[in-house]
Amino acid sequence: MGFPILSVMLAVPLAAAIACLFLGRSAARALALVATLVNLGLGIVLWASYDIGGAQWQFTERANLFAGFQYALGIDGIALMLIVLSVFLMPICILASWDSIEKRVGEYMAAFLLMETLMIGVFAAQDLFLFYIMFEAGLIPMYLIIGVWGGANRIYASYKFFLYTLLGSVLMLIAMLWMVNVAGTTSIPALMQHDFPAGAQTWLWLAFFASFAVKMPMWPVHTWLPDAHVQAPTAGSVILAGVLLKMGGYGFIRFSLPMFPDASAQFMWLVFGLSMAAVIITSLIALVQHDMKKLIAYSSVAHMAIVTAGLFAFNVQGLEGAMVMMLSHGLVSGALFLCVGVIYDRLHTREIDRYGGLAINMPKYALFFMLFTMASIGLPGTSGFVAEFLSLAGVYEQSSLATLVLTTGIILGAAYMLYLYRRVAFGVQKHADAAAMPDLDRREWLMLAPIAAAVLWMGVYPESFIAPMRKDIATLEARLAYASPAGDAALREAPPRAFPANTMAHKAPAEEAR
Amino acid sequence: MNSILIIVFAPLLAAIVGGLGNRLFGNTIVKLLTTGALFLSAALSWPIFLSFVTGGAEATVVPVLDWVRSGDLVFDWALRVDALTAVMLVVITSVSALVHLYSWGYMDEDPDQPRFFAYLSLFTFAMLMLVTADNLVQMFFGWEGVGLASYLLIGFWFRKPSANAAAIKAFVVNRVGDLGFMLGIFGTFLVFGTVSIPEILAAAPGMNGATIGFLGWRVSTMDLLAILLFIGAMGKSAQLGLHTWLPDAMEGPTPVSALIHAATMVTAGVFMVCRLSPMFEAAPVALTVVTVVGAATCIFAATVGTTQWDIKRVIAYSTCSQLGYMFFAAGVGAYGAAMFHLFTHAFFKALLFLGAGSVIHAMHHEQDMRYYGGLRRHIPLTFWAMMAGTLAITGVGIYDLHLGFAGFWSKDAIIEVAFARGTEAASFAFWMGVLAALLTSFYSWRLVFLTFFGKPRWAQSEHIQHAVHDGHGHAADANPPSQEDAGEDVAHAVPHPAHGDGTGGYHPHESPLTMLIPLGLLSIGAILAGQIFAPTFLDNAGFWGGSIFYNENLIHAMHGVPGLVKYAAFIVMVIGFVIAWYGYVRNTRFPGMVAEQLGPIYRFVFNKWYFDELYNIVFVKPAFWLGRQFWQKGDVGLIDRFGPNGAAWVVEQGAAGAKRFQSGYLTSYALIMLLGLVAAITWVLF
Repeated sequence: MGFPILSVMLAVPLAAAIACLFLGRSAARALALVATLVNLGLGIVLWASYDIGGAQWQFTERANLFAGFQYALGIDGIALMLIVLSVFLMPICILASWDSIEKRVGEYMAAFLLMETLMIGVFAAQDLFLFYIMFEAGLIPMYLIIGVWGGANRIYASYKFFLYTLLGSVLMLIAMLWMVNVAGTTSIPALMQHDFPAGAQTWLWLAFFASFAVKMPMWPVHTWLPDAHVQAPTAGSVILAGVLLKMGGYGFIRFSLPMFPDASAQFMWLVFGLSMAAVIITSLIALVQHDMKKLIAYSSVAHMAIVTAGLFAFNVQGLEGAMVMMLSHGLVSGALFLCVGVIYDRLHTREIDRYGGLAINMPKYALFFMLFTMASIGLPGTSGFVAEFLSLAGVYEQSSLATLVLTTGIILGAAYMLYLYRRVAFGVQKHADAAAMPDLDRREWLMLAPIAAAVLWMGVYPESFIAPMRKDIATLEARLAYASPAGDAALREAPPRAFPANTMAHKAPAEEAR
Repeated sequence: MNSILIIVFAPLLAAIVGGLGNRLFGNTIVKLLTTGALFLSAALSWPIFLSFVTGGAEATVVPVLDWVRSGDLVFDWALRVDALTAVMLVVITSVSALVHLYSWGYMDEDPDQPRFFAYLSLFTFAMLMLVTADNLVQMFFGWEGVGLASYLLIGFWFRKPSANAAAIKAFVVNRVGDLGFMLGIFGTFLVFGTVSIPEILAAAPGMNGATIGFLGWRVSTMDLLAILLFIGAMGKSAQLGLHTWLPDAMEGPTPVSALIHAATMVTAGVFMVCRLSPMFEAAPVALTVVTVVGAATCIFAATVGTTQWDIKRVIAYSTCSQLGYMFFAAGVGAYGAAMFHLFTHAFFKALLFLGAGSVIHAMHHEQDMRYYGGLRRHIPLTFWAMMAGTLAITGVGIYDLHLGFAGFWSKDAIIEVAFARGTEAASFAFWMGVLAALLTSFYSWRLVFLTFFGKPRWAQSEHIQHAVHDGHGHAADANPPSQEDAGEDVAHAVPHPAHGDGTGGYHPHESPLTMLIPLGLLSIGAILAGQIFAPTFLDNAGFWGGSIFYNENLIHAMHGVPGLVKYAAFIVMVIGFVIAWYGYVRNTRFPGMVAEQLGPIYRFVFNKWYFDELYNIVFVKPAFWLGRQFWQKGDVGLIDRFGPNGAAWVVEQGAAGAKRFQSGYLTSYALIMLLGLVAAITWVLF
């Protein structure tokens, strides 16, 4: 057994978190930054040394604990990319909190670092209960970040967040206990191969769905998200949108689909229906928001609907598109929340009307904001396009109707994002205080530039990100193939019609002369 | 190093370096860099085009980079060059290079010049990616890239609310078309298992007759795919129904209108239909749709163009109308004629826009033709350039002498071929085309007469008054004047102490050389492009080399139409000229009388058939209304009320005691959860 890199990645932020509790402000900040950067370095090593096309589970570690409960870690390509996303966003979050968090800095950094441990733990866990602990414990630091360092209405928001997510989890826990009892193992890889009886799958699927749908969040259990985002500090929003929402999608692709293929097929239209409703309804709601963070939060719900639809398309394009959408949305929505944070730090309001004409006094900011706006609406060349295109291409193979409805999201998305951009960055400078705001400083530039580079990279050459996941997704598709419903677009070939469109009889030469 | 790589990527490089380094380098270097890159691209494009004309070249594909590999869905970055691409290459790079040069003069006093030039070069790059695409997805990349550049350039003067509104409108309306395009690509992939254009085109004839499910119906496969893709083309090329963004796009600086909204981007839809012509040939219903939509747009836009006062809007509607010609040419199967009109139109329409820009420049950003008049003697070079453009667009030429301006060759060919095709849709297109040719002649000459003939009517113009009061000051001549009050053309009723000659004491000046050279070069194109290239585009199947569907019999039939059909366009052109001359030179009260007589019809046409008002009522307002309902009534009133808030109420009623456990300490939460979990596991396993 080699270097236990996953355990180290869990341990580094955890140790730093404990240390931060006892440190002063600037020392805590510095330590948090160093710890997250170390983890970023480890994440890059992990990515570079991942053997594409090799064993399904790599970097495995295993230690028996009490009562059949195992400390088992290991990743496949899907988990790898989500871990890379997490460790990539963490240092940026620390930078984003550098000046804006002033009270209880040590505790704040500790909460963030603890969350990093738990996030990596969720994606790396190979034991069902280890996963569950990480999955649920991730709520606690987030709950505290919103509840302690949040805005004016933070108690209501954190309470709503906790209530929603915990309620779903209870059902999932019961299902997990039942599964372990029946299958006799807590190992996730083993459970992914286990064939549960089709009748039981229905109930298990619904129990897991209750938890993952809230985490995604899917319409209509999304209403905690706008409040949580609005009240959370900037970095909290970044992690919430960037990584925590991805746990729902990860849950679907790790549990619901491979463990319950029959039930997944059975509920395909439930997922499609909720996704379609989400795209239309939340996009329209985003159009009328006055609060920047709320607008982006609602747009997140619409984007996550593309993920769920892609996942349940039962084909490679849908699954890969959904995964790319998770990565892309993690970057783009994180960056958009950072963009909001940058101007919130200056003016302390999220009210869209209080800004305007920022392209004049903040041109660098306006450029970044434009790039992320375009990535959000899926302009080709950015990550958003690859994600949207692949997911929707996958969905089309199942249902043209669902695709038509989901694709209207590109129209509505353009409308609400450009409308937002116009009100913030274009127009005249109506407010003197907004007009006096300075452009990005070096710290802010350091936060946004790496994300911008990643967004373009993923848009132009997504192969770097798709390649590690390819084999796992192919395996998953093969497992799902037997249950996959027939698409509605069934092609029926027939002999060519009697007339090709523009046949012209050749006229006699005499007629032709003029 | 393959020259196509330089042609495509030089503008991108210039845009990036110039756009990001604008503060570092300053105006002149950025302008030199971008303009230089474009002239380089143009210089490299013409040899490629000429090698296809002389018949020595073959289609090539230059791979650049892998893009996406997802199961069977594989597409790469690659540059395809064949005859069809070569035509587009010269059009795009030539017009773009000239527009870059022209902008040196036109944008001279704008404070944001590097940004402007970077956007222009970025646009050119995206457009080149579009026309060199070897697969549908790269075409879509270019498609959206030009959309982005168009959005940025329409909203270039971003302080102005109307420019921002127009920019968003352009993007969003185009996205409606893109919805069709995307569904078309998905469907194509589903049917053919590939998005590679050559593979699709090779397989398309075999699919003729197949059916496919769509939204629960069973429809003809090829018709469905072709119509979905054509919806995309309708958006980009501003065809009836999705045209509303194009007139508003005139909010952008005039060089932008010339490059993007006349010569290149808006023709992308026509290019797409031609590129995919073997696919459309397997879809007779779709072709009928293309023909009818093209013909309807052609006549619709021409009617509106006759009534507008803003010089740029007249030309914008004219563009819309000419695009209609190209589409119905493609719809009847004459893709060569469609591409030929695209080619000649690029020259004379860019010329007309740049000429209009020169007039606007001379008239201190006044765009309302009611305040023009008598400019012939003050800006003679601009006048002659506009004359060349007008002669070209109206299609002046004598059939039996084989002599004519550019538009004569291409437009007459389209009208003839529609007649020769002989189907019902084609006949409709023929009659609409002839009628639109009359209107084209009328509105084009109306523009010339209102602008260059008669007596000066400048004194009433607020822009001119500004100029005179500012001591003809150029400080105000930069970006701001056009920002502050363009668009409200009704508020010009301020009486002014008349300088008896109507000039208001203003002296228009001819434009600088950087603007006049492009006008001169484009004039040459407008005069000669048809004459020189007609045999190549229309009659030479070898030139196209299979890059479009070429219907030899149809072209024979086109040459065999009766003499009256051949002269139809000429006759209506003369009629249009005479009416315009009578109404705007001879008896200037006549148009007002006609407008009054026609009352409701005139208002209907003047208000652009009320499309904007209709869409506002049907789409825009309901979207915002629904958004508010879903938010306040749905999320807040229903979900929250009965969801979390309801649960909270229940919890609060019964569980006051549980508050003790909500200590807020991280460790106690974690501990409780862990203990609970351990208990549960123990219960299950033992």
